[in-house]
Amino acid sequence: MATNPTDPIHQFDVFPLVPIQIGGLDFSFTNSSLFMLATAGLSAGFIYYSTRGRGLVPGRLQSMTELTYEFTANMLREAAGTAGMRFFPFVFSIFTFVLVANLIGMFPYFFTVTSHIIVTFALAMVVMSVVVGYGIAKHGGSWFKVFIPSGVPAAILPFVVLIEIISFLSRPVSLSVRLFANMLAGHITLKVFAGFVVTLSSLGAVGVIGSILPLLMAVAITALEFLVAFLQAYVFAVLTCMYLNDAVHPHH
Amino acid sequence: MAGRTDRDEPGEGALPPASPGTSPATVAADEWAARRAALGEKLAERSVARAQETERQSGSGSSMRGMAEGLKLASEFAAGIIVGGGIGFLIDRTAGIAPFGLIVFLMFGFAAGIRNVLRHVSPKPPTAAPQATADAERAEKPRNS
Repeated sequence: MATNPTDPIHQFDVFPLVPIQIGGLDFSFTNSSLFMLATAGLSAGFIYYSTRGRGLVPGRLQSMTELTYEFTANMLREAAGTAGMRFFPFVFSIFTFVLVANLIGMFPYFFTVTSHIIVTFALAMVVMSVVVGYGIAKHGGSWFKVFIPSGVPAAILPFVVLIEIISFLSRPVSLSVRLFANMLAGHITLKVFAGFVVTLSSLGAVGVIGSILPLLMAVAITALEFLVAFLQAYVFAVLTCMYLNDAVHPHH
Repeated sequence: MAGRTDRDEPGEGALPPASPGTSPATVAADEWAARRAALGEKLAERSVARAQETERQSGSGSSMRGMAEGLKLASEFAAGIIVGGGIGFLIDRTAGIAPFGLIVFLMFGFAAGIRNVLRHVSPKPPTAAPQATADAERAEKPRNS
């Protein structure tokens, strides 16, 4: 695998950097863990660094942080109301983590944490656990009314409830698969087009001329990937807000 | 700075200081009123332009929101079918009722996928929700305190 320089899957390899074995389980510190740490460190470090002045009139960096704050706060307030604002730190952490992880992945030779479904699925399950856990803790058994839409005839109610339950269970799946699939597909496409440039230009003069087209495509796809990186973080955060709305206000 | 030069058109900038009128107080008042009217006109003009600019920007923002929406809906629909099929497959495996669990639950999954899409598309719940949430919060407040 490693022998082929244009192998598009090679960039997603997870390999241990510091092998750790505890009780027969593999707890190795991998390149994925390294980039997760880098993501968390970079996002937290940027926010601490940019707000260190605490200026009443924000500078460039501080206004970037403030814009992110306002953006997330508006998103959450729109979706879950003022009562949902207690989840603001949670949503903000998830949004910045996914966004920074996606953007770090855009550097050449860097590992994209969110291109592995286990990472995105874990994030989605954290969201769903918070929704279910907070919903039951706050509203008790009446939270399960979220599965019973109002104004449905009793004859078809069992079917509707079953459909609602399947629909609820499909949320973490759609949340995680969307993010993972977009990042994976984007990076593979980028690598394939870049690979065309390499293989074509090894064919001589004709190949070099022919490789201009995939090179342009690679540039265009890079721009598209930056858009997708932001868009997917945004979608992930928006859906998190919408699901949290169900935890805060189960009766709809 | 460009706005500053726009404003300094002949006649206006020179008005208040150079007032050769008889009683300075009344003339000054007239001039101030005229100047205020002119400035108000310009301000209105500019605020219209600014409103158009913000509208244009929000328009581009909403198109991006539309793209996010589209990506969301496709995967919501697929996820419903995947989960339905998965449940059916598990029921088949545990209960041993060959293909029927899969068939029935694929259909339920399809319905759930449609339900997912409808939930995100239908404009009614979001418009009704803020009212409902506001009511709920108002109702919640006394309970909390």
